[in-house]
Amino acid sequence: MKKKRSKTPRESIRKHFLLFMGPVLAAFSIGFVWPFIQGIYLSFCKFRLIKDAKFIGISNYVKALSDDSFMYSFEYTAVFAIVSLILINVLAFTVAFILTQNIKGSNLFRTVFFMPNLIGGIVLGYIWAMIFDGILSRYSTSILLETKYGFWGLIILMIWQQVGYMMIIYIAGLQAVPDDMIEAASIDGATRLQTLFRITIPNVMPSITICTFLSLTNGFKLFDQNLALTGGQPFIIQSDGSAIKTTEMIALNIFNTFYGSNKAATGVAQAKAVLFFILVAALGLYQLAVTRKREVQQ
Amino acid sequence: MKKKLLSALLCATMTMSLLAGCGQAAATGGAAGSTDTGSAAADSSEADSTDTAASAKAGEGSVYWLNFKPELDETIQALGKKYTETTGVPVKIVTAASGTYNQTLQSEMDKSEAPTLFVIGNAAGVKDWGEYAMDLTGTKIADELTSDAYNLYDSDGKLVSIGYCYECYGIIANPDLIEKAGHSMDEIKNFDGLKTVAEDIHKNAGSLGFDAFSSSDMDDSSSWRFTGHLANLEYFYEEKAAGSKWESCPESLTGEYLDNYKMLYDLIINNSLTDPKDLANGGHDAEAEFKEGKAAFFVNGSWEYAAVSGDVPNATMIPYYCGVAGEEKAGLNCGTENCWAVNANASEADQQATIDFMVWLVSDPDASKAMVEQLGIMPYKNAVESSNGFLKDAAKYEADGCYVMDWATNYQPNVDDYRAALVSALNQYNADQSDANWGLVKNAFVDGWATQYALADVD
Repeated sequence: MKKKRSKTPRESIRKHFLLFMGPVLAAFSIGFVWPFIQGIYLSFCKFRLIKDAKFIGISNYVKALSDDSFMYSFEYTAVFAIVSLILINVLAFTVAFILTQNIKGSNLFRTVFFMPNLIGGIVLGYIWAMIFDGILSRYSTSILLETKYGFWGLIILMIWQQVGYMMIIYIAGLQAVPDDMIEAASIDGATRLQTLFRITIPNVMPSITICTFLSLTNGFKLFDQNLALTGGQPFIIQSDGSAIKTTEMIALNIFNTFYGSNKAATGVAQAKAVLFFILVAALGLYQLAVTRKREVQQ
Repeated sequence: MKKKLLSALLCATMTMSLLAGCGQAAATGGAAGSTDTGSAAADSSEADSTDTAASAKAGEGSVYWLNFKPELDETIQALGKKYTETTGVPVKIVTAASGTYNQTLQSEMDKSEAPTLFVIGNAAGVKDWGEYAMDLTGTKIADELTSDAYNLYDSDGKLVSIGYCYECYGIIANPDLIEKAGHSMDEIKNFDGLKTVAEDIHKNAGSLGFDAFSSSDMDDSSSWRFTGHLANLEYFYEEKAAGSKWESCPESLTGEYLDNYKMLYDLIINNSLTDPKDLANGGHDAEAEFKEGKAAFFVNGSWEYAAVSGDVPNATMIPYYCGVAGEEKAGLNCGTENCWAVNANASEADQQATIDFMVWLVSDPDASKAMVEQLGIMPYKNAVESSNGFLKDAAKYEADGCYVMDWATNYQPNVDDYRAALVSALNQYNADQSDANWGLVKNAFVDGWATQYALADVD
């Protein structure tokens, strides 16, 4: 009897596999797999309209890799992603840690910290541009005039937006740390710091894995906040008249290449996008592997 | 058993909601189309009796217009609906948001239901999209034209697109305010006159209650007035000095009139309601400032007439006076970027329906009246006459023997990138008006042209 009952759900799931998974699979194939394959193909083509694509080999990749603005935006994005990864996670963990210490009103704080996440990136970008310029205009400058303002402005914006989300994940992790372990540690005479680093952090390692993965890939993929906050300004106008957009991140660079320039550039933009995918996927997988190793089994 | 029932129910709800989702999307997405076809059937008998588009009966073809002028949207949506009601031909009109026309065009043209009517407004557009436009030579709409001056041809002589209106730009002035400040429009016949008046108004702005120029924001909604239109004076005088109009995008600029651009630009930003340092992120409404009588001058074009003439009935437009010798004989900047192209890949029925619709827009008394009200003027035989004051100003300058400043700005290579770099440089300059920063503007303006030309020319 028992055996039969445990078998039934699995069997019926198997039987109805298509019913449950079919819609998702179809949507995933139409919305992701097919465009992805087509995108890879297009990166080897010259095209204005997709239906008129003409295969031209790897010259798009050569052009993409020899594009100064692409290389610049790659470096800029890498620095941005690392700085934001560290700051967001340290702050989110700290806030989560404080809010799990049974202080009054912690539910209210959790809600408040989470709320910025509900606002779209473009809106945030424009609002923060106004806030920053409200302050900076007192000093006769603007966020659009200095690369460093643009950089730190975007960091502040991202922290403000992301800390609340990461905090929720950390809180879930912190609440799952077994009380008896903490109790045992305090009986053994561990200090609070020792408890934090030897007991709590190893136990929330799964949360750290998720959060670092999310903030790293978010940092690399960042687009709308970047577009709305500075749009790449200020540019360095080089003596030959070409411009390097000093706060342009990699996704915005791809977008600008695709729509900004000439007929031949759409394929180059596709090539950049494929390179970008490989980069983000490799980084994400590597980071997952590293942090997973440090996870402990409870 | 209960569990089974529950799971079956869950499945059902899930599939239902999925289907409902699809259904809704289809319903909203196709709303315009389906109502149009509905009325098409009902009115098909009427279609035969209407003379303007008798050849396009319901069901034979349809029109999809990708419009790039947001201010025109309301008018043409209404006209499209009216056309469907009278002739039964389905008309779909989509307007791309300001500054996103190229993106929208690119994605729309890839669809199976691509626009049948779209806009190719300049030389770069002909280069990019010319192959997708049918040759309009000898079509019914081409026969309606009164002037060939606004048409665009490709290198093989194919008539790629035809102008549906032309416009002019310059500096819009409020003569009443200028008189209030103790001056008159007659003083403004060249840059020195404009400078005297503007600086005097700015000096006394506190007691007068208004300033000389309205704000010249550098955000996307406003920067084109300076990186596109005002820049035209440099291109135009370069053209004029060379002795002939540009026929195609020149490889490089000499920049010899950039100082004149600087003189007028400096005058505009330094005698304005807004501190030049606050222009980078925008947020000021120059049109409202002018309408409310807070500023005497407003750098813009004839399309503003409908908006400002209500509040400033005496508004008039003066040329870009910038200190060039002989500029007392300057007129307004006249030209167009509004040129219709018909999709070469559309079915013949759709092409025919589209051309019939275009003819209706420019010849039906009511339709052309509505169009002219918005657009200012249409160069077509049967279109109603213009009532646009600024275009009348343009005609008056021309009648007085002044030279028309043509839209050389339409040749800007890789226009979005070129202008973006110029905006960034002007932002630096606005914050600190040093020679070094003007050097950046010069780099973007002159060297940027050659760079973008080289980039655009790569095939």
